[in-house]
Amino acid sequence: MTTILSIRDLRKSYADGFEALKGVSLDIEEGEILALLGPNGAGKTTLITTICGITTPTSGAVTVGGHDIQSDYRAARRMIGLVPQEIALEPFEKVWNTVRLSRGLFGLGKDNARIEDILRKLSLWEKRKNAIKELSGGMKRRVLIAKALAHEPRVLFLDEPTAGVDVELRKDMWEIVAELKRDGVTIILTTHYIEEAEAIADRVGVIDKGELLLVQDKDTLMAQMGKKQIEVMLTEPIARIPDSLAIHNLTLNGAGDSLIYTYDTHADRTGITSLLNDVSQAGLFLRDVQTRQSSLEEIFVNLVSGEAA
Amino acid sequence: MNWTAIAAIYRFEMARFFRTLAQSFLSPVLSTSLYFVVFGTAIGSRIQEVEGVSYGAFIVPGLIMLSVVMLSISNASFGIYFPKFLGTIYELLSAPVNFIEIVIGYVGAAATKALFVGLVILATATFFVDLRIEHPFAMAAFLILSCLSFSLLGFIIGIWASNFEQMSLVPQLIVTPLIFLGGTFYSISMLPPLWQTITLFNPVVYLISGFRWSFYGLSDVPVVFSLLAIIAFTGTCLAVIGWIFKTGWRIRS
Repeated sequence: MTTILSIRDLRKSYADGFEALKGVSLDIEEGEILALLGPNGAGKTTLITTICGITTPTSGAVTVGGHDIQSDYRAARRMIGLVPQEIALEPFEKVWNTVRLSRGLFGLGKDNARIEDILRKLSLWEKRKNAIKELSGGMKRRVLIAKALAHEPRVLFLDEPTAGVDVELRKDMWEIVAELKRDGVTIILTTHYIEEAEAIADRVGVIDKGELLLVQDKDTLMAQMGKKQIEVMLTEPIARIPDSLAIHNLTLNGAGDSLIYTYDTHADRTGITSLLNDVSQAGLFLRDVQTRQSSLEEIFVNLVSGEAA
Repeated sequence: MNWTAIAAIYRFEMARFFRTLAQSFLSPVLSTSLYFVVFGTAIGSRIQEVEGVSYGAFIVPGLIMLSVVMLSISNASFGIYFPKFLGTIYELLSAPVNFIEIVIGYVGAAATKALFVGLVILATATFFVDLRIEHPFAMAAFLILSCLSFSLLGFIIGIWASNFEQMSLVPQLIVTPLIFLGGTFYSISMLPPLWQTITLFNPVVYLISGFRWSFYGLSDVPVVFSLLAIIAFTGTCLAVIGWIFKTGWRIRS
């Protein structure tokens, strides 16, 4: 695999002293899908807009296909397509014209067949003569993708492509991404939905407060993220966990009236049935049962402390 | 130079103009006709001639300049402000184009639209008065330079403005008074001596004077001064745009 995008110690500070990026370094391989996860304000969009040339970096270096984004910006930008988070389109313009503008802006000559192909793939062909303002929100998002693809980029940035879209469109979007990957396009997408990263990414990066906390293979990360807890509340408190329940690695809460069991949702067997059987066999009576999954923020904390350990 | 990108911006901007072609055509025809009715007929009946030229014909160069200057500013400022307002500027900033190419595309389109309207007004005027153009090449040069330089100014306003109110601030508070006081409807020589001197500080005087000279050979100030003034103005606008380009002022964070 060759590295198509290389980010070295990228920093961005604003005049008021706010540091949006605190030295991000990352290599992205050609043809992979990287999902950048992070809460709002983590620096995901700043990272993308800096690579794309919309925000000027304070320091650091970024190369796209070996071209520096500042000294060789034309060659670098030709390789990049950007689908922004906000729907930004000229409302009175026709779909076809706005996509043609995008192609021209990137210095490519007229190619109606190529534009037709993109519009058909995105189910926009029938709407090509419509003004943007006549389209639904989902269709507008597709137009943004069509514009980003009009100049045949090798690297595509999708900034929160499914924020605020319905389930059906989200699935469509995932299919589009999968198809682009088949065409060999490298995709970097930001999201704060873990399930989105799970559905489409090869690798997942976690970014928070301007720092890239880690980048990991998706399967490895999902195994960690898939941990879930079940809390078995007892009618009477107990002093210690009965020996017959030792195999379940339970922990007892401070009051002694709750047993906590941690399991992996991705495992073939979660062990819940045997746990509940064994609890019953041990002569304990249940008051209530609750399950709990770590929030994204807790997962971040766990991941960071896990890395540090 | 990314000429394909320049052409793409130019074509996209012109498409907006062609979408409303009837408006673009009718509005200058109507406003020019009104000016002729009000100024040419009402005032013209009292002022028969100005330096040997009928009053109606005398005001034609000023009327053309009035519309051309205002339209150049509004077209160019709107052209670049609209993408900022809608957020579509992200595409310009992430495209392999430099600021000079963006300026050529937007300013070129704004100047073309203003030039078109200037020519429509000129054609409309021929229905009302007898026009003569003594120096057609100079006339074309003044017209084109005015379209370009005020489109550059409009572009700067569009970059500077952070809301729609600011967009109309400079044209309404500065440019309109300068044009009306710049000899559009009168000759400077008709003013008292003190006002003649004060008026010479108004840059629009040089513009209208030079443009009127290309029609009738009449001028309030030497034509070389007019030419120098418009070149200096264009140069200033280019310098400001160069600075914007260098610093990314109001465009790149």
